Amino acid sequence: MKPAPFEYSRPSSVDEACALLAADDGARLIAGGQTLVPLMAMRLARPTRLVDIARIPELAFVRDEGGRIAIGATTRQYVAEHDPLVRSKLPLLARVLPYVGHGATRARGTVGGSIANGDAAAEIVLVAATLGATLTWREGGNDFEMPASEFFLGPMVTALPLPACLTSVRFPVWPERRVGTGFHEVNARQSDFAFVSAAAQIALDTDGRCTRAAIGIGAAAAIPLRLDAVAEAMLGMPFEEAKVRASAMAALADIEFMADLHASADYRRRVALTLAVRAIADAFQDAARRV
Amino acid sequence: MKVELNVNGATHVAEVEPRTSLLDCLRDNLLLTGAHAGCEHGVCGACTVLVDGTAVRSCLMFAVQADGYAVTTVEGLSPGPGELSVLQDAFCETHGMQCGYCTPAMILAAHALLSKNTQPTREEIVDAISGNICRCTGYAQIVEAVALAAERMRGQNLPPEQP
Ligand code: FES
Ligand code: FES
Repeated sequence: MKPAPFEYSRPSSVDEACALLAADDGARLIAGGQTLVPLMAMRLARPTRLVDIARIPELAFVRDEGGRIAIGATTRQYVAEHDPLVRSKLPLLARVLPYVGHGATRARGTVGGSIANGDAAAEIVLVAATLGATLTWREGGNDFEMPASEFFLGPMVTALPLPACLTSVRFPVWPERRVGTGFHEVNARQSDFAFVSAAAQIALDTDGRCTRAAIGIGAAAAIPLRLDAVAEAMLGMPFEEAKVRASAMAALADIEFMADLHASADYRRRVALTLAVRAIADAFQDAARRV
Repeated sequence: MKVELNVNGATHVAEVEPRTSLLDCLRDNLLLTGAHAGCEHGVCGACTVLVDGTAVRSCLMFAVQADGYAVTTVEGLSPGPGELSVLQDAFCETHGMQCGYCTPAMILAAHALLSKNTQPTREEIVDAISGNICRCTGYAQIVEAVALAAERMRGQNLPPEQP
């Protein structure tokens, strides 16, 4: 389990990092390395050069931009997990972060790394897709941005161009007073890759009726799925399990689920339905506790 | 490439390939064999060390990435030659190890927990070692060891240990 040889550079700015990427097709960025290094150890990835961006100061931050929270690409997952802004304004992200790997991998792994790898089983990817985050990157001296709905393309495939450096993830903040979240996942061992995961964020009015909802399913298909039809069907309604179940079942009907040794496509479909209903129920309950 | 690591309080300079993991650098260049190589791809936790006081997997970090950081291995925990730390003692007393392969990493993971949290609940202890696989003990005595050490360290009425 030793990676193949490679060159190593540690640029001091994002533009310098982009230039190194542009100069060598086989070069890849590394920040936390908690996904990349295992791939390299198994020789599924063989970069010719690692460009280490972990110490570029402008990439690590959590910032309130009014209406959204921007998290710098190399912000450690552990730092985001304990950040007061994340905790108070991004309740869904705060809820899933403890499920990302283990403490020892969150201490190194970064928020942007998870996004750039685009694993549909990754919790941060699921939240970005569910809430409709915006991804920003730098390439050739210019800044670009793209909504999550266009960014994740396939299993560990994103729209991020090869010579680009992801710079931040901007999560929308819900200003409603009664916002609740729910998250469930099934995996072989706690903190292993999820077979299926479901996330929900719901806002309620004073009468307990849903005014806004976002539902996402992770690990089930090649990219994280947003169940917008389910969210729309709940608008103006209190929680009614039978209705939620029926609309979730309809929404999941024509999705092509992944299958592997651990979880067949049928199993994933059944679990996705159950977890979606549970996550929504939890989110309603959580929101109802807030006055 | 040249890397400068501060390991257990002493500065070491090592000449490594970029692909040398921090784990291999510690074991092969610095002859600190307390960090164990289990899976070498981030699954087992046997290679856990502290980097700036936080538990990380040394097989998932290249030595060149650790340049300039303070690394603590199990060799750095004992208070003096031939002595054991409170936590290490607790592992002996509760039979928190059998073959010992997972032990240095368990101790470092627990050490990182106790240096931030002097009154961990059982759940917090379980969570702190959840990334570390032990194939012998069944974990019960390991959890017991950490709880015992936490209790003793509270009894000493000392500020939390600084890693
Ligand atoms: S050897 Fe590092 S996690 Fe297994
Ligand atoms: S004591 Fe043998 S692996 Fe833990």
